[in-house]
Amino acid sequence: MILLAVGTQLPFDRLVRAMDDWARVNGRSDVVAQIGSSTYRPHTLKAFSFLEPDAFQALQSEASLHVSHAGMGSILQAMEHGKPIIVMPRDFSRGEHRNDHQMATARRFYGTPGVHVAITDEDLRTLLSDVGRLGGGQPIPSVAPRAMTDALRRLILD
Amino acid sequence: MDVRFVTTIRRGNAPFGNYSVARVTDASTRRLDQVLLLMFQMAGILLRFRPSVIVSTGAAPGVIAIWLGRLIGARTIWIDSIANSEKVSLSARLVAGQAHVRLTQWPHLAEQDDDLGYIGAVL
Repeated sequence: MILLAVGTQLPFDRLVRAMDDWARVNGRSDVVAQIGSSTYRPHTLKAFSFLEPDAFQALQSEASLHVSHAGMGSILQAMEHGKPIIVMPRDFSRGEHRNDHQMATARRFYGTPGVHVAITDEDLRTLLSDVGRLGGGQPIPSVAPRAMTDALRRLILD
Repeated sequence: MDVRFVTTIRRGNAPFGNYSVARVTDASTRRLDQVLLLMFQMAGILLRFRPSVIVSTGAAPGVIAIWLGRLIGARTIWIDSIANSEKVSLSARLVAGQAHVRLTQWPHLAEQDDDLGYIGAVL
């Protein structure tokens, strides 16, 4: 099962459409999508505008691959689950976000094991053409490093 | 120490412990009606819970929480998202001079601004 998530705040029709086209052409009926306020209506994806947090977490665990916008939360959660993730940054020039910080986030993860960056629709198709070979990284802890939380504790108790 | 989490996510769970979670509406700064609703919701939460410390990880609800939190004498701490690697978020700039502590997760951003601290990053 593949889980597509584009966040709940802004539409990301380009990624939803590209995944829907890929699923249709390849006969994949096992792609579940949280599409938020996207206006494109998928034909093949099992699409939901919003999934309850518990249900979403269960899907994250079950999925063999995550696909998402380049949101830090999405990337960190895939890394916590040790799942491979394809990330496509929202493009400011296409009106997909309020600024271009997702491009910076995506660039930062080039070469990180388990994180596969697709800037263009073509990049996405290339990654998906060999979908079985996209590996995940070692799971990362779900909490911040101890040095950071200790420093934050001191700031809170100050 | 009692803790209350505030989120925009419907039926969000506390990330740890058995603490209660309050929900507020998400607001775009371009939607004054949403911002006003958010302010009322946040004021209600703060007046009922009376936090001594407010820690925010960002966006419009965090800005409102810190502005209103100053009025009730709370100590306020802002942690900007690790996603903001080239400059801090607009919301981080909106709490400059308001939050007692503002943290970025990028050392080079902390070096450029005396008012920004760095204690590490989640990753």
